[in-house]
Amino acid sequence: MYNLLAQTDGNGLAKRLAEAFPPPTIDWPSILPIALVVCTGIVALIVEMLRPRQNNNAIIGFSLVGLFFAGLSLTSQFASPDLESFGGMVLRDRFSLTIQLLVVMVTGLTILFSDGYLRAKRIPFGEFYPLVLWSASGAMMMASSKNLLMIFLGIEVLSISLYVLAGMSKTETKSEESALKYFLLGAFASAFLLYGIAFMYGATGSLHLDAIRSAWNPNDEAFRNMMLFGMGLMLFGLAFKAAFVPFHQWTPDVYQGAPTNVTAFMAAGSKIGAMAALWRLLSASTTNVDLGATFQSYWMPALFWIAILTMTVGNLVALVQKDVKRTLGYSSIAHAGYILVGILAHVNNPEKVGIGTTVFYLLSYSLMTIGAFAVVSLTAKNGKEGTRFEDLHGLWKRSPFAVGCLIVFVASLIGIPPTSGFFGKLMIFNDALASDLMPLAIVLAVNSVLSVYYYVGIAKAAFVDAEGARTPESAPMNLGLAATCLLCAGGIFAVVILFNPLMNWLVGAP
Amino acid sequence: MTGNNLADYLTLGLLMFSIGAVGVIVRRNPVVIFMCIELMLNAVNLTFLAFARYMPSSAPASGREASFMSGQMMVIFVMAVAAAEVAVGLGIIMAIYRLRKDVDVDEMNLMSG
Amino acid sequence: MTTFTVLAIVAVLAALGVVLFSSPVRSAICLVVNFFVLAFVYFILNAELLGITQIIVYTGAIMVLFLFVIMLLNLGGPQAWKERREFRTVLGFGFGAALAGVIASQLITHFREHSRPFADDGYGSPQAIGRVLFTQYVWPFEVASVLLLVGIVGSILLAKRKL
Repeated sequence: MYNLLAQTDGNGLAKRLAEAFPPPTIDWPSILPIALVVCTGIVALIVEMLRPRQNNNAIIGFSLVGLFFAGLSLTSQFASPDLESFGGMVLRDRFSLTIQLLVVMVTGLTILFSDGYLRAKRIPFGEFYPLVLWSASGAMMMASSKNLLMIFLGIEVLSISLYVLAGMSKTETKSEESALKYFLLGAFASAFLLYGIAFMYGATGSLHLDAIRSAWNPNDEAFRNMMLFGMGLMLFGLAFKAAFVPFHQWTPDVYQGAPTNVTAFMAAGSKIGAMAALWRLLSASTTNVDLGATFQSYWMPALFWIAILTMTVGNLVALVQKDVKRTLGYSSIAHAGYILVGILAHVNNPEKVGIGTTVFYLLSYSLMTIGAFAVVSLTAKNGKEGTRFEDLHGLWKRSPFAVGCLIVFVASLIGIPPTSGFFGKLMIFNDALASDLMPLAIVLAVNSVLSVYYYVGIAKAAFVDAEGARTPESAPMNLGLAATCLLCAGGIFAVVILFNPLMNWLVGAP
Repeated sequence: MTGNNLADYLTLGLLMFSIGAVGVIVRRNPVVIFMCIELMLNAVNLTFLAFARYMPSSAPASGREASFMSGQMMVIFVMAVAAAEVAVGLGIIMAIYRLRKDVDVDEMNLMSG
Repeated sequence: MTTFTVLAIVAVLAALGVVLFSSPVRSAICLVVNFFVLAFVYFILNAELLGITQIIVYTGAIMVLFLFVIMLLNLGGPQAWKERREFRTVLGFGFGAALAGVIASQLITHFREHSRPFADDGYGSPQAIGRVLFTQYVWPFEVASVLLLVGIVGSILLAKRKL
């Protein structure tokens, strides 16, 4: 039973291992962005340690500078060739670079408006910044690998930081409850994801996604079932993380209970990561070999219905909400459905439909979601925070600039031209038609109309005059928040104006 | 069940995984729910190791050595993830207990539409 | 009865104990037994390094942490299941049985005759794992250190009374 290698090395295992595992090729630039973000987090932690109980300006400065350089190193790699290094663990291609750039942008915007909010909420912990940065590095790892081990580790780095951040407001029961709920369901979903990876490993003998395509054989029942169960369990886990219906129940509770800036990061950053992983998995699981049934003919119908359910349930339930953060939570579920339609359209017909639409939609979705949450974060003051619709009343008088931006975000979330939300939805609609997914396109269009009602409700609440003493005086506008609003609102129009060059640059296709 | 074929190990893993999943759904104490999740993770580890030892795939895409070692590597990293998860998860449970002195997941209904 | 049969029976009984005992302390003890037995199953699979790691990490560190929290929160007393939870109990057992039944009948049954070891006997030795961990898996190894850092900073942030 106890055979140490040295004693039983009759068949030369050590030698074969040395041959099979040579020192890996190392391409430093492809891990530089992730390394920069992680190290910035460590520096931020050290700065916090050196200057305890002071303001967090130095930490924010360091974090933003670190993110800026990470973004710089990402943009400088767009011209470099695609390449897998570190033994196939790190992949640099255009998709990974764009997604990483999106994550860096989202993190920067979140950090920018966090300080004022955290101080208004009396939880100005310097640890927030390193944890957000590490969480972002997790999303970047997910996007930049085709190895299931790395995708899993990325998900965990992202999620474990978010569990902590959700429970950061330690005097608020609802914050702690949301952290516990998020944690238990997240870990449960991880277990299913892992079990799926285990079956996929058993069927393909590898953790690399490219092995799926060559291992698919619908005529061998044992292997076909193993891959189907593997895929099903993995999708179960990923659907939890991406909050698709019917795996969405945690989303509104967690979005409502977590501090608003964490919710903004969760809604944007964690969704980007989950969608990137989903795209990698789905596009690796499409086969068109002439063996009978293709792999996608098994999972496509399931995802088709999940997309329909996600869009419809997300919007319908959002109609009856009384809390702004919950409404935005359900709205993010509906938007996850739209993004899923974009991914399915691409996977269904990769020659005709590119992934550019989905990336563009993720970009515009993150801008409007972070902007909307940033404005909602204005309701916090003196350690209290009200996020019901009534609590937005009178915001128009107190900070007209924020409300002006809120109108832009709401318009974009609805999809009113000429905002980026409109163009994103239009492109997904066209893609769905182009790839023969007509029902999805129709459901998307109907849902866009449905969603007008509750989005307008959010904007309207900000214009109603405050009456009665219940409404807490909201925090004054601060510089960081103004900058976030300005960047998000500006970005929503800028991506439309610069549409063609942006798409060419992001996707690399003419 | 004699322990000399793949099905035995997979069955043990499947039983542990299912029992853990049942526990997560029916139990109400978050500490116990969390233990059940750990049980599920261990079941997954066993499945990985069983596949690494008795890989049914006859021609793995990436070479024989790479194939059986990657299953073991996954187990090592799942253990690392479990350790980090336990630290954070028990921290959250401690924090919530300080606030409310009872930790029943069903009693949590502060948040509602 | 082979060694594996005995170990498997103990492991399944311990797993059932985790779910069915109403006292968290008893559940935790059952979990220790399950983890410990699993380590020996790993030994049978010739994965000796992982078996030892299992004992050290799970049975040693993680379980102590669990018991520590149970004692600290004074959760030791039995908490009877309330009858009004009937529906969810049925749902849970139904889900578990369905999961186990489907996977066992559709998948595992195909491998009942599969008994030829694929990996070499020495595949679980420290030398083999070290060779692989520090060549191809060096980037995940570094990432795991970030993960543990998050765990440390996060649990301090959550558990400290005043920062």
